[in-house]
Amino acid sequence: MSSEPHNDSFVVFDHVQKSYDGETLVVKDLNLRIGKGEFLTMLGPSGSGKTTCLMMLAGFETATHGEITLDNQPINRVPPHKRGIGMVFQNYALFPHMTVGENLAFPLEVRGMGRDEREAKIARALDMVQMGKFANRRPAQLSGGQQQRIALARALVFDAKLVLMDEPLGALDKQLREHMQFEIKHLHESLGITVVYVTHDQGEALTMSDRVAVFNDGVIQQLAAPAELYEAPQNSFVAQFIGENNKLSGIIEEIADGRARVRLATGETIDATPVNVREKGQKTLVSIRPERVEVKPEALPPGTQTIEAEVLEFIYMGDIFRTRLRVAGSDEFVIKSRNAQGQRQLRPGEKIRIGWAPQDARALDPL
Amino acid sequence: MKKLLVLTTALCGLALPAAAQQVTVMGWGGAYTASQVEAYHKPFTAATGTAIVSIDSDNPATPIKAQVEAGNVTVDVGVLEIADAVRLCDEGSIIPIDATTLPAGADGTPAADDFLPGTITECMIPTDIFSTVIAYDTTKLATAPTTIADFFDTAKFPGKRGIRKSPKVTLEMALMADGVPAADVYAMLETPEGLDRAFAKLDTIKGDAVFWEAGAQPPQLLADGEVVMTMAYNGRIFNAAQQEGKPFAIVWDGQVYEWEGMVIPKGAPNEAGALEFVKFATASEQLAKAAEFISYGPPRKSSAALVGNIAGTDQPMSPNLPTAPENLTNALASSLDFWVDRDTQLGERFNAWLAAN
Amino acid sequence: MTAAHQTLTTADGRPLKAALVRAQRRARRRAFLLVAPLLVFVLLTFVIPIGQILYRSVHHDGFSANAPAVSEWFAATAPGTEPDEAAFAALAADFKAMQAARTAGVAATRVNYTLPESRSLFTKTARSADDLVPPYREAFLAIDAKWASPAVWQAMRSSSSAYTGDFYLASADFERAEDGSIHRVEETQRIYVQLYLKTFALSALITVICLLLAFPVAHLLATLPMAKANLLMILVLLPFWTSLLVRTTSWIVLLQSQGVINSALVAMGVIGDDGRLPMIYNQAGTIIVMTHILLPFMILPLYSVMRVIPPGYARAARSLGATSWTTFRRIYLPLTLPGMGAGAMLVFILAVGYYITPALVGGADGQLFSNMIQFHMSKSNWSMAAALSSLLLVGVLILYWLYDKLIGIDNLKLG
Repeated sequence: MSSEPHNDSFVVFDHVQKSYDGETLVVKDLNLRIGKGEFLTMLGPSGSGKTTCLMMLAGFETATHGEITLDNQPINRVPPHKRGIGMVFQNYALFPHMTVGENLAFPLEVRGMGRDEREAKIARALDMVQMGKFANRRPAQLSGGQQQRIALARALVFDAKLVLMDEPLGALDKQLREHMQFEIKHLHESLGITVVYVTHDQGEALTMSDRVAVFNDGVIQQLAAPAELYEAPQNSFVAQFIGENNKLSGIIEEIADGRARVRLATGETIDATPVNVREKGQKTLVSIRPERVEVKPEALPPGTQTIEAEVLEFIYMGDIFRTRLRVAGSDEFVIKSRNAQGQRQLRPGEKIRIGWAPQDARALDPL
Repeated sequence: MKKLLVLTTALCGLALPAAAQQVTVMGWGGAYTASQVEAYHKPFTAATGTAIVSIDSDNPATPIKAQVEAGNVTVDVGVLEIADAVRLCDEGSIIPIDATTLPAGADGTPAADDFLPGTITECMIPTDIFSTVIAYDTTKLATAPTTIADFFDTAKFPGKRGIRKSPKVTLEMALMADGVPAADVYAMLETPEGLDRAFAKLDTIKGDAVFWEAGAQPPQLLADGEVVMTMAYNGRIFNAAQQEGKPFAIVWDGQVYEWEGMVIPKGAPNEAGALEFVKFATASEQLAKAAEFISYGPPRKSSAALVGNIAGTDQPMSPNLPTAPENLTNALASSLDFWVDRDTQLGERFNAWLAAN
Repeated sequence: MTAAHQTLTTADGRPLKAALVRAQRRARRRAFLLVAPLLVFVLLTFVIPIGQILYRSVHHDGFSANAPAVSEWFAATAPGTEPDEAAFAALAADFKAMQAARTAGVAATRVNYTLPESRSLFTKTARSADDLVPPYREAFLAIDAKWASPAVWQAMRSSSSAYTGDFYLASADFERAEDGSIHRVEETQRIYVQLYLKTFALSALITVICLLLAFPVAHLLATLPMAKANLLMILVLLPFWTSLLVRTTSWIVLLQSQGVINSALVAMGVIGDDGRLPMIYNQAGTIIVMTHILLPFMILPLYSVMRVIPPGYARAARSLGATSWTTFRRIYLPLTLPGMGAGAMLVFILAVGYYITPALVGGADGQLFSNMIQFHMSKSNWSMAAALSSLLLVGVLILYWLYDKLIGIDNLKLG
């Protein structure tokens, strides 16, 4: 996995804006550079503008303002069929009146490719997705996963340099989805193509991408590699959207040397790492990942602050325990602990003290 | 309400025990039925207390035959064209009516002699004589056509012609226009050469022809200016001219007349009442009265003198009737026997002629 | 294990198969009871009448039932046998019975179908049935010399069987000669074959025009926002809500030579006053008016198919490099095929059976096959009308079969 973002600018969104009604902007001043061979995911809730961006790139929507370039060519005025971009649709959009082979032949035929060359390419594309034997089937005779593979093969068969995927795994069940995630990732790596992937599933985004652009409200909230996104969310939205997250709201009491002391609503104070808070008296939302909370304060370095908690619920989930606590007046505080040897199972009603390393508590902007 | 019902029942019972309840008459609708309502239905109800229920049909022969075949007859009296009446009579769908029981004419002539010769048949008592004539718009033609030949002369009288989409009357008129005397028309049509001659004459105006099927169409075609001359039922043209003030006139030369009358279906629910109504309606006075409302001639000779002015005006109706002597100079009585035998065959040939280019 | 396989039983020991059959039979019976009313309705209103039509087209006992004696003589003798005194005697007996029952007209009608111009011979003879005394041959000839004609006897012979193919012969413009041989009717009399072909051709043309006009409208309906689509849909359905005659009459007002369109064209100077276009009372009129009347039957199935075609297919095709025309031709058009098939089928079958519109606006050459069916029905010639109707039915069924072969009947979406 090449985590290093590429420097070249294969796809560029330059101050792109999009409005459907002339009153509100769906995409607000988007600037994005995608490197050649990169796997970039546009992640965000529905209505965040990510699909609109993809459609503008594919040519089905026109940018209201700004320029999109592909391989240094401005493409705003290029019709979709001349962009040479492969696309995988949410519901696959396999042509139901054609066989699998005919579906794959379609992009080659419209490019005027000869029969022999076509056959060879189709066979290779089908083998690539392990569907070599299905060329004569109709899409309706295939399972969802198989259709997905065919859609993928069709987007790749004409050697597109850029492949767009619009929530391609949304209709599959969990297990198949996870399997397909790896397959797509492997295809990406072995073919060296550039992929722009749209999803609202953050797990998918983290698993597959080189970089993830988190969209909300028509703006990219954060553009970063998955690990950075998870470990160091730049604002509350990203922290909330990526992974599970506990939030405690309070007021900055002290801030100095990369440390902030936050007073919670119940009067207790905790230590946190300030991210986008600057001064004393500011409101803040402290975000702590459930797996970073320690229920055995003795395991923490000395001097670490702890806070009182009451166990509300204990859920045994096999590999992990999930415990819901009341902390600083909030009933939604969740901790996850590994089902390791000697790990204690907490009982509801129990009063404990919990704590965390200050760098794991991130003081963010209040929502 | 109940009292009224009792009263009516009592009155009917007193007046005419046999013809109690009501008599259902099936007619053709429009001005034609309106004339019968005025001249027959209302006076009959006034005289006997028996109510008349009037039903309209495109051609009562069809539903009457269907009703008799289905064994569910609801009609007591049907108003039929003579050709249909003879056919239904032969097939037993309508019952014979004894003409000797009809009332004598107003002048005392026995009914059998009073009706025009040949009009009384086994099952039908005639009520009126109507005619298919040539009608034209006086404002559209510089000179007035006077003969049936003028209808086929598109050089002298340019413009579209309205022709009935049926061989009946059309073939007869074609031969008369071709110079065949009225008396010889049917003898000629019985020969293949005569038929060919008639169709050949029709060919000469086929390109200018607008074909119509319903009797209401020709006055409309004239009024719309779609045709300048058309075959038409004389009554329809008279009504358009008289009541709507249209500038229509009739060429009586070459008219082909037929008659209509009343029949009683087999199994009529109120046969006695039906017979009573038929006798009443076909008396001299009623027939003359009906002619005042529509320009169809009364089939009784004794009625001619009784026909008054056009209803609601002070102009005499007589000159507008097909039976007026001056209108009968070159007229042809439609032949029953000819058409009973050849209806289907000539219908097919006529359709073949229509379809041919 | 194999033994257990052979004797699978339910918990209470009954064979599993029998139990399954029982359980399913109950469900089937309930299902049948639910559809039974419709089944009875369809049977009563569809299957039986069509059966009746087919039966009538080959069955007419007008002569055989009313003239049993002479029919028996015909059955006993070979075709072409000269009528002997026994035959005339039998006929005389039949005529007396017919006169008493007033059924001569029915018998005459049947013979007249086979031999035109013979009807009055029968009715006339029936009226004089009392004069029929031995020797019968002379008695008949005294009433009418035509009784000596072999044609009359041949016609009676073909009518003496209640079952006959004569009506189908006539429907194909054939007739039976005096000697019983079959040949085509005179050229001036030929109508059905030509009209049959013309009806199918005209219906096909109307179907194609409907398809061309309906396709863009249906597409617009399927892609417009709901509110606008509904408004447009009302306009499409408007013809359904007015009576056929009103619609036809308004077309007359529009199309006739002194009508709105012609007058407008003259007023605009497009055509001269003497060059008014003949748009009605001819084939053009039939096509225009029938297209208008049948258009909704094309639009509705097309619309219902187009509405559910996801826009994703077109986008996919475009992204794969297809121009908009290729996308339409290779993707959109094939996907609308079920709608086109259903619409074409509806329009075609309705067009083949239309007769009111051709009768009103068709003029001389706007006649269709159904007008001939109507013609025979108006003459109470049910058997001939039935024969023609069944020919129409057969034609439509053949087309249906062809459709199934070429396109596949599962490619038909009616709603």
